[in-house]
Amino acid sequence: MTPLPLFEQTAYYKALMRKMVAAIMTVSFIPVFLVSSAIFYQFRLSYKEKIYAQFMDTVQKHSMNIDRFITSKFQEIQYLSRSIAMQDITQDISLRRQLVLMQKVYGPVLVDMGVIDDQGLQIAYAGPYALTGARYTDAGWFRKVMADASDISDVFLGLRGSPHFIVAVRNSQEGRPWTLRATIDFNAFNALVEGIRGGKTGIAFIVNRDVEFQTRPAVNIVPDKRLIQSLFQKKTLSKKPDNVHLVETVDVSGVKVIYAASFLKNGEWLLVYRQNAAEAFSKLNQMQVLSILIFILGGVGIVIMAYLISGRMVHRIAVSDHEKEILNQQVIETGRLASIGELAAGIAHEINNPVAIMVEEAGWIQDLLDEEDFRQSENLEEFRRAVAQIKTQGARCKDITHKLLSFARKTDPRQQNVQINDLVSELVALSDQRARRSMVVIHAELMENLPLLRLSVSELQQVILNLINNAIDAMERKGGELFIYTRQEERWVVIEVSDTGCGIPEDNLQRIFDPFFTTKPVGKGTGLGLAICYGIVRKMGGDIRVRSTLNVGTVFTVYLPIATPDRYEAS
Amino acid sequence: MMGETYSSENTPLRLLIADDEAEFVDVIARRIAKRNVRVRKAYRGYEAIDILREEPFDVALLGLKMTDMDGLELLQLFKKIAPDLRIVILTDYEGEAAARDSVAHGAADYLIKPCDFDELIATIWRAALSKV
Repeated sequence: MTPLPLFEQTAYYKALMRKMVAAIMTVSFIPVFLVSSAIFYQFRLSYKEKIYAQFMDTVQKHSMNIDRFITSKFQEIQYLSRSIAMQDITQDISLRRQLVLMQKVYGPVLVDMGVIDDQGLQIAYAGPYALTGARYTDAGWFRKVMADASDISDVFLGLRGSPHFIVAVRNSQEGRPWTLRATIDFNAFNALVEGIRGGKTGIAFIVNRDVEFQTRPAVNIVPDKRLIQSLFQKKTLSKKPDNVHLVETVDVSGVKVIYAASFLKNGEWLLVYRQNAAEAFSKLNQMQVLSILIFILGGVGIVIMAYLISGRMVHRIAVSDHEKEILNQQVIETGRLASIGELAAGIAHEINNPVAIMVEEAGWIQDLLDEEDFRQSENLEEFRRAVAQIKTQGARCKDITHKLLSFARKTDPRQQNVQINDLVSELVALSDQRARRSMVVIHAELMENLPLLRLSVSELQQVILNLINNAIDAMERKGGELFIYTRQEERWVVIEVSDTGCGIPEDNLQRIFDPFFTTKPVGKGTGLGLAICYGIVRKMGGDIRVRSTLNVGTVFTVYLPIATPDRYEAS
Repeated sequence: MMGETYSSENTPLRLLIADDEAEFVDVIARRIAKRNVRVRKAYRGYEAIDILREEPFDVALLGLKMTDMDGLELLQLFKKIAPDLRIVILTDYEGEAAARDSVAHGAADYLIKPCDFDELIATIWRAALSKV
């Protein structure tokens, strides 16, 4: 890029840059932010829904499973109590036979069985403990059985000192009630709940209405009593095991947790599944972190792009402002030159008349010398020589003023018929002095009888003078030869200006007609000369071409149409 | 002799010079007078018209810019007064275009000041011998 750093460093361009960066970032960030927030919000919503659904599904499935287990154990005992007569199992031996049979059919879930009379006395017992004759009159489950005909107890330690629960069914024999009681193996029951796990913190347990564990939780936890009690009181939660309630709350320890719960045993127990929200939503949180990262990366990208784009645009603006500035200076310079030109023309004009008179007076002296008899005068030849010298020098003055007038003539875009050769000769003569100073010899070979061209003389003058000046510049140090040819090629009049100068590198050739392109030192060339030439020649309907060889020389060829430009362009 | 082309070599050519550059008019009048030409001078337009009314001329050398009258205007008046008069316009560099116009308006030829004296004489004679 063109070096303009100082120009761009001004406060104006810095402010412009800041404004552009801010504008680009605003219009880029707002939509990105809105769209990504909306997408993320939707994603979060549906992901949460999915996790909740998973929770409820897990709890529902297991709750139904556990409920089925309890119900089936109850039904088995009920079936047994109804299918046999009391006297058949009042003996320990016959009861043991039934227990063994049941264990064979249903697995070792039943630990023991007992038969209890209406007074709460265990009259028969089969199982690993010595419990024959045990009295259950005050046991909660016995009272319930006597009241409701059947009962499934909570888990308790009882007489044996290990956790278990009891399924008991009341029956009657000859008006006297008796009860068949069976103990369910805690470990078998616990295994149903223990297996429900999710991640590190997802555990399940069963509690009763007093918030006592009915299973052993896999991890040691303190249940949130108030929350669980509030779940028990939930009216919307039906007592059926397939109805699941879900709560997301902050734990006593300040951790956000999710509870999913459903009733078991007709509303007496509650199956609770509990997991830390952070874990349940860990994927979502990862996703959140990822999307924030992407957003930040995108943001960095936007900021970089904003700076790059603004930088480039401000540079362009600065360049064009700079060019405008140069152009303005050029216009001022042109105006200044024009007024100098006018002044020079005025002076030349004023000098013309006295010179003409002097020359004519010298001519008059010559006339008189011829006429009268001055032969005796010894200085006659000296008189003649002096008068001739006055005439010669007068003619020289006339020549100078003519050239000055012809060049200073106002730029006149009016078209007129021009004989190219006359114009070229005039300009060669004008440039001769400068060429000699630069040790350049100008050779002009002009083809005779070229057709007249209809164009603006002052414009064409500018073109040819520019090419001549450039050629002299190219040979300034070492001197050289400048050739100007004119010739006719079909419908074109061709003017060729060639030098034996330093030549132009290939890279520069392509840009040589670009405005402001210059290889001259700063302050020497504006880079406008050839651009103006190009513009003028194109306007005339012609063309200008250049070819150059390094250290050999450069040839500029101007083609001017013989037909009028208008007609030429139309064709 | 009016109405005819100057023909006799013995009869002097009658020339009227009208230009407001008095010194220039004087010196060329003097020089021309030496070459078988009868010269009369006028420094102003109206003077020239008066002289032209007084006597006939073969050729008029007329400055294009006169202080009191425009050269072209004067040309028209000359033509009206003396239709057979050959008129050579004398102008400076800036007046070249107008001088060319004057040729279109009936001037025989034009000369650009400062001009070579021999060329001046030649032009005057050429005009005198030319047909209207």
